[in-house]
Amino acid sequence: MADYKFHILVCGGTGCQSSNSHEIMEALKQNVADAGMAEDCKVLMTGCFGFCEQGPIVKMLPDNTFYTSVKPEDAAEIVAEHIVKGRKVQRLLYVDPENEEHVSDAKHMEFYKKQMRIALRNCGFIDPENIDEYIARDGYAALAKCLTEMTPEEVIEEMKKSGLRGRGGAGFPTGLKWQFARGYKSDVKYVVCNADEGDPGAFMDRSILEGDPNSVIEAMAICGYAIGAKYGRVYIRAEYPLAIDRLSIAINQAREYGLLGDNILGTDFCFDIELMFGAGAFVCGEETALIHSMEGQRGEPTTKPPFPAESGFWNQPTNVNNVETWANVPVIFLKGADWFRSIGTEKSPGTKVFALAGKINNVGLIEVPMGTTLREVIYEIGGGIKNGKKFKAVQTGGPSGGCLTEKDLDTPIDFDNLVAKGSMMGSGGMIVMDEDDCMPAVAKFYLEFTQEESCGKCTPCRVGTTRLSELLTDITNGKGTLQHLEELKRLSEVIRDTALCGLGQTAPNPVLSTLRTFEDEYIAHVTEKTCPAGKCQALLKYEIIADACKGCTLCARNCPVGAISGTVKNPHVIDQSKCIKCGVCMNNCRFNAIVRH
Amino acid sequence: MGCNENGADREKYAELDQFIASLPTTKGELIRVLHRAQGIFGYLPKEVQVYVAKKLDLPVSKVYGVVSFYSFFTMKPKGKYDVSVCLGTACYVRGADKILEALTKKLGIGVGDTTEDAKFSLRTLRCVGACGLAPVVMINNKVYGRVTPDMVEGIIAECE
Repeated sequence: MADYKFHILVCGGTGCQSSNSHEIMEALKQNVADAGMAEDCKVLMTGCFGFCEQGPIVKMLPDNTFYTSVKPEDAAEIVAEHIVKGRKVQRLLYVDPENEEHVSDAKHMEFYKKQMRIALRNCGFIDPENIDEYIARDGYAALAKCLTEMTPEEVIEEMKKSGLRGRGGAGFPTGLKWQFARGYKSDVKYVVCNADEGDPGAFMDRSILEGDPNSVIEAMAICGYAIGAKYGRVYIRAEYPLAIDRLSIAINQAREYGLLGDNILGTDFCFDIELMFGAGAFVCGEETALIHSMEGQRGEPTTKPPFPAESGFWNQPTNVNNVETWANVPVIFLKGADWFRSIGTEKSPGTKVFALAGKINNVGLIEVPMGTTLREVIYEIGGGIKNGKKFKAVQTGGPSGGCLTEKDLDTPIDFDNLVAKGSMMGSGGMIVMDEDDCMPAVAKFYLEFTQEESCGKCTPCRVGTTRLSELLTDITNGKGTLQHLEELKRLSEVIRDTALCGLGQTAPNPVLSTLRTFEDEYIAHVTEKTCPAGKCQALLKYEIIADACKGCTLCARNCPVGAISGTVKNPHVIDQSKCIKCGVCMNNCRFNAIVRH
Repeated sequence: MGCNENGADREKYAELDQFIASLPTTKGELIRVLHRAQGIFGYLPKEVQVYVAKKLDLPVSKVYGVVSFYSFFTMKPKGKYDVSVCLGTACYVRGADKILEALTKKLGIGVGDTTEDAKFSLRTLRCVGACGLAPVVMINNKVYGRVTPDMVEGIIAECE
């Protein structure tokens, strides 16, 4: 790596690849070669930089210049100016929205200032398809340290001391989980990586696998050593082809280097990893369901105990951790448990990766120390609400979580605080909503999701989520009553208390949390039959302002159901009983004479 | 009409046979085999499911149970252009429902259906991980980002 004077890093995350980052990389390579600089300048594709909002991103090293919204045709100018003449291409630099200044060094960007990258340490920095680059960043040094300097018990002790909690959502202490798996005696044990990221709006696991697959492989091997397992399995969504490719390449390279396989690093330890593909079922994120799916069955959960640590894949002791949890493990052994504990909060040490999306200026993938407040995340890193709208709520924890509002903005984010506020950490999806989002409609959106994804094994979840979804459909269609709200509450509590697995137990959370914080909005839907956010189409009303109407007849001619009547040059009227609220009249009116409320 | 009538199908079955034979064990490999079968045939009609059941020595009911459980498996043939609308939360709050509405109108088919000329099929999916480009439409493997209902016409025309 040190042979090159310049490195041009092109983001190869899914968002940027969708915006032609491959073509950009090819164009850059061509231009570098044409300029005769191929020996001095290396062009490579890395994992996600996180700043998806202004992708495709191209980063220049060593000066850390950050070019945004790059197009393939910009390649010639980047090479001719930046590489050959040493001048930055001003028009491609990130512009600070506060003072409209061009930011020349990425570390001065508001987006990155409050971030701390541990799990994402290599994403957007190394070529994920080249194991040498991972090794150059101390890769596999943690595995070497564990195998040669520590006993399995010491490895587990260190994990326990670090306080790392499962990043998949529930926050169970990782070290303790490993200890349980070690405690059960068996010749065959399994280490499983849960890469079945199904939470709609979360893409951190995908980004880690695409940007730094070796960190997951190394961590799984460390766990294999600690619990006494020879077999590793990565259960990954078939919908993530790029992550599958990169992971396969990394596994093969690790095998070639003797970092997977028999007698790793000359020790007695043997460990290898195989990929298994999911087929699209949200419930498979639950570990017992995931294990059934790995066995080629329907992904239905079973009651715990027995926990997978005792009886998991093919009834053998199995330890399942999520991708982001794995990505934290090698660093803990390199820098020590004490270092890790010094970051974050007392009960939730370390950092958390969030997929920041929705009505926010800087959509992207961020990593912050636990204890950072929602306000810092949304307003400083996220750059505030899109189009200057008013913040309404932030949804965390996906379909299992809840909505947090203005009054929760100064809450330090950690596992326990979010639960106390009626939401949860979940896998780290963070969806920001503004004044135009209707909360009963959001709850309905999530319930439709869980209803569809319910595996159908237990009645509370199978039937209960369907009933909840029906109640919410009535409410958003203007057919709800106050009894609907009572029933929503009662049924939600029953499902929460009686469903078999985490999916069912948490399915009512979006309803309960919005009902608690936005009760007024629900009441407006059922008593006044209005949608304060103006989102629920069935509750909208279109009216013609008589004074403004010129009687041009355009609206009446365009109305698909003939609900508008009137004569030429006289004000028209909408028959509310016929109106289907399609809005065509309003879109066609040239005199702004039609209002919606 | 059966799926195993002509020569092209015979070749496909041979390819599937070869894949199954290459597995060290068939125990627990049903999902892996179905992934491959869908890759070969494009979808999993009844005949293919019966065939897989026989090859793996499993009841057909079990194969059907797995096929119908997972959203990735489909029993209907997809169109030449497989149009998927992301309904992940990020896309939803940025108006994915309006895009879906525009697409059903334009193509004249519902979600999960294929046009009569087998050119287009329409599906929804949950999060492709390109939330920065929300709302997102995927046609085969190409991602269209920041889609508005007005763009639907052009996107479909591009395929035709």
